[in-house]
Amino acid sequence: MEKLLELQSVGYSYHTPQGETPALININFTVCQGEFVAIVGPSGCGKSTLLSLSSGLLEPEHGSILLYGQKLFHKGSGTIGYMLQHDHLFEWRTIEQNVLLGPEIQKKLTNDRRESVLNMLKTYGLYKFKDARPSQLSGGMRQRAALIRTLALEPKLLLLDEPFSALDYQTRLMVGDDIGSIIRKEQKTAILVTHDLSEAVSLANRVIVLTKRPGTIKNIISIEFPEHLSPLERRNTPEFKDYFNLLWKEMNENE
Amino acid sequence: MSDISIAQQKYLSEKKRHHRTVICSRFLIFTLFLGLWEGSTALGFLDSFIFSSPSKVLLCFYQMLMDKSLLNHIGITLLETIVSFFLVILCALLITILLWFNQKLSETLEPYLVILNSLPKSALAPLLIVWLGANYKTIILTGMSVAIFGSILSLYTSFQSVDPEKVKLIYSLGGTRRHVMTKVILPSNIPALFSLMKVNIGLCLVGVIIGEFIAARSGLGYLIIYGSQVFKLDWVIMSIVLLCIMAMLLYALLGVAEKRYLRKL
Repeated sequence: MEKLLELQSVGYSYHTPQGETPALININFTVCQGEFVAIVGPSGCGKSTLLSLSSGLLEPEHGSILLYGQKLFHKGSGTIGYMLQHDHLFEWRTIEQNVLLGPEIQKKLTNDRRESVLNMLKTYGLYKFKDARPSQLSGGMRQRAALIRTLALEPKLLLLDEPFSALDYQTRLMVGDDIGSIIRKEQKTAILVTHDLSEAVSLANRVIVLTKRPGTIKNIISIEFPEHLSPLERRNTPEFKDYFNLLWKEMNENE
Repeated sequence: MSDISIAQQKYLSEKKRHHRTVICSRFLIFTLFLGLWEGSTALGFLDSFIFSSPSKVLLCFYQMLMDKSLLNHIGITLLETIVSFFLVILCALLITILLWFNQKLSETLEPYLVILNSLPKSALAPLLIVWLGANYKTIILTGMSVAIFGSILSLYTSFQSVDPEKVKLIYSLGGTRRHVMTKVILPSNIPALFSLMKVNIGLCLVGVIIGEFIAARSGLGYLIIYGSQVFKLDWVIMSIVLLCIMAMLLYALLGVAEKRYLRKL
């Protein structure tokens, strides 16, 4: 499989007048085309920082990050899509205008692009809400719209920063299933940051476990399920519990 | 109506009654005040030469309306207020945008803005007369001086309080600082801008009246100061009442614009 993203000895610290706080030390991993990688770890271990670095929003202080073998450019050009914890759909825009925000910013709003985004709205049940305001949508629908906004730039890599954490448990399971299926259907490569181990096991092919701050890689665990299983179906298999327990053990050893 | 339950009907009628009571009470206070005032001057408890009376104010209003002098005074004050209001909003917005783009500049200018905002603006008016002369420029600038520094500080705080995650979203979509301004900061601050405009319209009117007190030959401010000097208290009170009505109408107009904007959302 082709290497999409490579992190080589990456380190990052936050600086304040009070001092320096190392967030990540010596992070090495590779994400290949089509993979779904989850990153788990204790609160404050640098999971979100790792995503910001991978998206180019932050520049590493040490080491390097390569995208398709080339040094990652500062700030996204559309190759990398970033989905944040909250949907951040803008109330002053309709759903259609919200999902087209990326192409609009990058001056890539062609008729074909609009057509393909509208098709995504149709496929994922949001077309009839295209002229609605975000407040008229449920939490799950908003997250789907936020994902379509991220996919509108046709990114090669999707970064998901706890995208379901703001939802209630039931919606979270449904949206997790929806979004996991959408990502697989669109054949995207994704990195998911989550503190929910069951979410990581149900969605990912590999789970990277980070230690507490400053975050380093403690272990990388491969998750293997039959390809056709949806995230919700994965949860009903006996292996799911084994993987969950394995991750739980890894996490507790961190403490 | 038949679909509505008895409890809901009771709730609605109670709501209606409450609303009616408030409106009636407001009207009652107003009529009582006017009645007491008129009665006191008619019965000689109050000297109508000093305190005027509602009927004398009305008569004065009618006479000045007929000789066409009143519309001129109202028009001038209104025009000066509107010009200074729009200049305040425009300048405050442009300066705040500039400060937002330049963190160093904003940190450098912050203490100056705070000092200028705390200055009693009426103290500036005599200086402005010396610098610009006793004309409409001084009046408009006095009107602006009352509102502009507070507007910049308030808008800048609103700009700063935009959710950083929304800013991050724009950057993650490949946007620049210009996109952050046009796609997030400005649209999300429109409600704050409306609130500011509602405050500023009153402040500009206050500033314009201060300016007219000292630098005008017409306008309601001039009428107030001139009326008090020649003991034409009817002019003074009529002008004050007209200023109240003007402030209320301008505020209401902005309220309608704000509602129309919010309805579009």
